[in-house]
This record gives sequence, C-alpha cells and structure tokens, in this order.
Amino acid sequence: MAVAAGLVAVALSAAACGDAGSGSGSGSDKPTLTLYNAQHDFVEDMAKDFTAKTGIKVEVRSGDDFELANQIVQEGSASPADVFVTENSPAMSLVDSKGGFARVDDTTLAQIPDSFEPSNKNWVGFAARSTVLAYNSTALKPADLPASLLDLAQPKWKGKIGFAPAGADFQAIVSAVVATSGEAAAEQWLKGLNTNGKKYQGNTAVMKAVNAGEIQAGVIYHYYWYKDRAESGANSKNVELRYFGNADPGAFVSISGAGVVKASKHQEEAQQLVAYLTGKDGQKILADSGAMEYAIADGATNNPALKPIADLDPPAVDPAKLNGPRVVELMQRAGLL
Amino acid sequence: MTLTTAPSTASRPGGGARPSSRRRRRRYPRALLATSTLVTLIALIPLIFVAVYTVGVGWDEALRLLVRPRIGELLWNTTRLALACMALSAVIGTGAAWLVERSDLPGRRIWNVLLVVPLAIPAFVNSFGWVSVTAAVEGYGGALLIVTMSYFPLVYLPVSAALRGLDPALEETANALGNGRWRTFTRVVLPQLRPAMLGGALLVGLHLLAEFGALQMLRFPTFTTAIYDQYRSTFNGPAANMLAGVLVLCCLLLLLGELRLRGQARYARLGAGSPRPAARARLGIVTVPVLLALAALITLALGVPLGSLAHWLITGSSTAFPVDTLLTTTATSVGLAAAAALVTSLLALPVAWLCVRHPGRASTLLERGTYFGNALPGIVVALALVTISIRYTETLYQTVPLLVIGYAILFLPRAMVSLRAAIAQVPPVLDDVAHALGATRTGTLWRVTLPLIARGLGAGAALVFLAAVTELTATLLLSPTGTETLATEFWANSSNIEYGAAAPYAALMVLISAPATYLLTREARNSR
Repeated sequence: MAVAAGLVAVALSAAACGDAGSGSGSGSDKPTLTLYNAQHDFVEDMAKDFTAKTGIKVEVRSGDDFELANQIVQEGSASPADVFVTENSPAMSLVDSKGGFARVDDTTLAQIPDSFEPSNKNWVGFAARSTVLAYNSTALKPADLPASLLDLAQPKWKGKIGFAPAGADFQAIVSAVVATSGEAAAEQWLKGLNTNGKKYQGNTAVMKAVNAGEIQAGVIYHYYWYKDRAESGANSKNVELRYFGNADPGAFVSISGAGVVKASKHQEEAQQLVAYLTGKDGQKILADSGAMEYAIADGATNNPALKPIADLDPPAVDPAKLNGPRVVELMQRAGLL
Repeated sequence: MTLTTAPSTASRPGGGARPSSRRRRRRYPRALLATSTLVTLIALIPLIFVAVYTVGVGWDEALRLLVRPRIGELLWNTTRLALACMALSAVIGTGAAWLVERSDLPGRRIWNVLLVVPLAIPAFVNSFGWVSVTAAVEGYGGALLIVTMSYFPLVYLPVSAALRGLDPALEETANALGNGRWRTFTRVVLPQLRPAMLGGALLVGLHLLAEFGALQMLRFPTFTTAIYDQYRSTFNGPAANMLAGVLVLCCLLLLLGELRLRGQARYARLGAGSPRPAARARLGIVTVPVLLALAALITLALGVPLGSLAHWLITGSSTAFPVDTLLTTTATSVGLAAAAALVTSLLALPVAWLCVRHPGRASTLLERGTYFGNALPGIVVALALVTISIRYTETLYQTVPLLVIGYAILFLPRAMVSLRAAIAQVPPVLDDVAHALGATRTGTLWRVTLPLIARGLGAGAALVFLAAVTELTATLLLSPTGTETLATEFWANSSNIEYGAAAPYAALMVLISAPATYLLTREARNSR
C-alpha cells in the first residue's frame, strides 16, 4: 500500500510539475501566448528569440496545417490559440474563410512583398518553399525528366514515382494544380497519380526512397534536399532536383502564413509576435536556421546555395483562392486519402 | 499492448469462492449502483458518440464517404492482416507453448521468459527497429511479420497456462485406448486448448485493429492509420468519424466473439486430489532443428528490434542525448501513466465489486459495458473526446484530466479483469466477521478488504500503467499544449526519419515497460 501511495504522490506531483512548467505565465504581468505551429522546428527558435527580446513567453502546440486549422475553426471563440503559423497557405485560407483571423497590422504587412499576402490582408506570408521533382540521378538523366508536373500521371511513370498525399505540403501542390488547370483536369491527374505512385508518410520519406532507388522520382519541396545536403547528404547523395519553372503547376511556390487568431485574448502581443516573424530579426533567424526555406521579407538574404527566389518562375496563383477542403475531397475521390 | 489475456484463462474461481448468499442478489446498494452506472457511461462515451455522429451525418454523406475505392482497399488490408496475424500467432503461440510445457526441450525456463519478453517492446518500437534497418519490410509481408512477432505472446501466455492446467489423465486414457501421440494431441489436447487459443487470437485481432504506429511506419494503410491521415487533413471531420464507425464495427465483432468464448463451458478437472505432472514428449533427433527454429523466432522478435535500437543508440548520427528533454518526457510519461493507473483502478473498483458481490442482470450489464474499451482504438476514443470537449466542456479541453479519462476508457478492461478475480477470491464472510468484531465500515475496508485485494488491484494498475506509458494516438490528440511523452517524442523523431534521435525514447519505453511486463507474466502464471 505504501508503495502504491508513494507512486500516486509521485504521479500527481509529476503531472502538476508538467502543468506548472507549461501553464500560463505566473509572476510576470505579461501574458503567455499560445502558438499553433504547423511549421518546422525553426519556428520554435524564432519564438525563443521573440521571448528573449520582448519577455513574452510562447507555448507551442505542434500539428499539421489542416489539423490545426480545423481545430481553430472548431474551437471557435474558445480557441486557446493566439497565433497560427502554417507550412502552406490553404490552411490559412480555411481559417480565414470562417472568419477566424483578426486583420494583420499594416506595419507588419509593409515588411512583406504583396505577392506573399492574400488580397484581404487577414494573414501574412513569412516564409516560402518551392515545389521540385527529386529524382534518382543514376536511374534518370535530365533528358528523361518530365517537362511538367502533370506528366507524372502518364502510364510510363507507373510504379516509379512517390509522394506524401496525407501531408499538407502535397495537398498545397494539388491545390495549385486545381487553380491552374481546373478541377476536372486535376481529378484526372490525381487518378493517374493514384495508379502510378507510392504513398509515403512525409517528404523526407519520399526523398529517402528516391535516394535508395525504391522509386525514381518524387514530388517534394526544395528545402528537404538542401537541408540533407547541408547536413550529411545521407538521404540525398543519389538525388538531384528538377525545378519545373515555366509557370508550370510544378513550379508552384507555397507560402507559409502567419495570422492572429480572432479569439485571442492577447491581440496586442499576438500582433507583436506576427510582426516579429515577418520582421528583420525573425527573418534572419529563419534564413540562418539551416531550415533552407526562403525568407521573404523585403531585404532578407537567403542562403547562397539556394536557387534565387526570383528565378523560380512559378505559376501565378492567388493564395486566397487555394481551397484546401475541396482538394481533400478530390483526393478522397481519387483514392489518395 | 499486452495482456488482457487474463479474462479468458484466469479469474474464474471455483464454486467455493462465489458469493455465498442468495439473499444479496437483486438488492443493489444504491450508491454503488449509481457509481457503477456512471463509470460504465463514461466508458461508453466514445461508442455513443460514434453512433450519434453517424446518424447525424445522414445517409447520402455517409454513403459518399464509405462507398469508395479507398474504403475497399482499407477493408481488404485490415482484414487480410488481422486474419493472417491471428492464424500465425495461434500456430506459433500454441506450438511454442507445447514445446515449453510438454516436451523435453533444453532450457525451458529461459525459453519461457524469452517467449514473453516481446510484450515489453511496443509494436511501434519493433516496427522502428526493422524499418530503420531495411525498407524491405514496408508493405504487407513486413507488416505481417512484425505484428506477429509483437503479438504472438498474447496466444502463448494463455495456452501455456492452459496446458499446465490440463489433467494428463485424459491424454493417458486416450493413449490407452489406442490413439497415437499426434491423434491424442489433435483430438484430446487441442480441443481443450481451444478457448485459450481462440481467446488469445481474438485479442491479437483487437490489438491489430487498434494498431497505428507500427503500421504507419511500414506504410501499410489500415482503418486506424487512415483515420489518422484524415485527422491530419481535416481534424475531426466527418470522413475521420465515418471511418471510425467502420472500425468500431469490426472491433465489436471480435469483442462479441471473445465474450461468447468467455461464456463457454470450461474443461475443468473434476474429482479430488491434484493432477500429476504430464509426461514430457521426447524430441529426440528433432531437438536441434526445434532449438534452431525457436532461436530464429526469438531473433526475429527480440534480436532485430533490440539490436537495431542498440545500433542507433551507439552510432545514430542524430543521437544527441538531450538529457533534459529525456528526463522531462520520462517524468511526464511516468506521471501520466501512474495517474491513469490510479484513476482507472478507482473507476474499476465499484463496478468490479458490484458484479462480484451482487451478481444479477444489471450488474452483468454494467460490467460488460466497461469492456468496450478493448474494442476501441485510441484514435476513436480521442476523436470522440476532442469533439465532445470542444463543444460541451471547454474547461476540460486540452487538459491532463481529459487525457487521463481517455486512458481510463481505453484501459478500464485491464483493471477490471484483475480486480474482479481478486474480489471474487475474498469470501464476503470475512467482512461479516470484521463487523461482528466491532470494526467500522471504513475500518473493514482499510484493514480487511483492501489488503486482501491489493494484489489484484496492483496487477490491474500495472496493466494500465504499461499500456498508458506506450500509448501514442490518444496522447497525440488529447494532450495539453507543451506536454510531450516518450511515445510522442519518439513518434515525432521517427516520422522525420531521425532514427538516432528517436532511439533513446524507444529504449526508455522498453526499460519502463520491462518490470511491469515481468510482474504481469508472473501474475498470469499464478492465476491459473
């Protein structure tokens, strides 16, 4: 019995500690912000720097774009989230379409070029990534590569390609195909992909499979490759990248967005955090983090290894028009989800 | 993970220990009945939710979501994996049990331990061990291999307990009547093992239907992994909940099978005295091949995952041993699991007490109600609780209490099984004696009853602890912002293919699970 009682005491105190450590800031008069983060770890580095500069603590809840976006919508006025950042913009549009965001401060918007903002200015871009085709350089020569992302639905790619359909990254790419080619064409394309492709958990897994020769090529974002090359190259030494360019849907540049949740009880501090993410200090942490995603603020300098953002030649897509839920429906119909 | 095996083999006390008094029947103490009803209702929340939700979605939408190629693919994958794994586990588990219990296999004691140890390795860690070494295990074949290696002990344990309990007199009689060894085995021994074997196999099936991490890592989509994918794309949208409905139906089918088996007559030995130990079969020249086969089995089930874990711990390039994070996540995991064990045991107590001490229709119904947790995958429970708490109980949303309630719903059956057996072994007359000697009600509870059921209570709590410490899906969905457990950290790292970084968390989970597994194995043996 004594053992059991002791165990319980330990359990409760541990649970209590866990709570106290993460609970809302006690002592200081500044509130603790809750950040719903669908981006990678570098956002946590940015949040730490923000806390160091402002004294405002930030708690991070991690998840995927649409998971967290739908969560904010469901939570409605009770949402504990103050700020939401995503990897891709369709999830921002989803929250925005339900009136979930407060308008971003003008001074914040002024830090980012208009092309990385939605027309209604309810959220703002703070990073970007380019779609690429990662291919195994021993299995394929540049001449064998498709000219367009849409070509991957052709029978000759059967069993040779891979992607990560459950992830928001690929879903954003699909939304760009829908936006540029129309729904009917996109659905045909998706059916072809479903026949041709192997499905993976995430972009890293796709790249690793390309590297190992399990598949010849996979659709991913550029930074997975640069990041791996910068570290050890273990998962990318047999992999090269193809940028489609030519305003092809496969040259889609996806915007990572940041927004202030309307239900937030700390609007001022939340605006401060978004201003930081898009400002000089935040963008520098992003550019130096080794994440290899593009910093996009006016005057930001990116890693010289990256293909300059001005050379990407992406299709013209209005981020506000990318419809996530519709894409998920199309993918469900095609059997990808 | 693990041993809910006890119900099928253990816990049925002989007639002597049954509550003596008929007059107690039907007059349920009101407070006890009310508490038990409340507990059962909590346990049924997810099931009620799925049912109500499905009705609410409506026919057309439900048809659109359910009648499509993807569902067919998932159904086919789930069925072929579950059936093949159940069959393989039955064959391997029974064969190994027979070798250890009834043959002159060298090193039986060691084999006996080694054949249970796989239970201390969570299936998703096992999967990690394999897939981080070779991508060849992705897909059906690899998935079947890995889940079978993780779950066959669920058959081995009850069957070996059953073998130990068989009276060899029957076999001897069969022999004397002119049946050969093989014929005796198939016609006399096997039928007697059937309840244990099928019970174990059905448990394997239930575990499989709920399995997420192991299969997700192997890129083998089943209903559970598809629900998670839907969750990632839509949070708690209708597609996820409809899939959950189908999965729950599959699980209920298996649970029904298990309940029926449990109700069936047992092949109990009658008569006075105790059976003598069975004569062991001589393996003779097949000893060496048999030893090799067992060694191969253990290599696949233990050697590969543990070896690969060690490899990543030592050489993993992303291994940094973040001591702080490791310590805090361990504390969180242990704390949460201990809280879950405590709460679940407390919830199980009134229901178990009611059903043993006041048998009757209502108490049986309440007791059965708590067993549905066995058929509810973590992801289904979590989805239900997330949706309900967002809509109706905001204060509970994203809190530790809600997570612990989730654990309690999932693991209530484990606590129930041990508790019921323990309470059944305490003759009610002891309470009366204590009262007669002047002890108060609480005094009796503290000084007589609790000490007597402490073992069962502890075993149940250990079972819950073990399950909670490696729980992944419900924890991912329900835990408060900033709460990281060993399982979620392991998952985050291994999803990013940072195998070296994931390894320490996996190793800690195995280390924490090991003592509880050992205790439970002993318990399962003794309770025979």
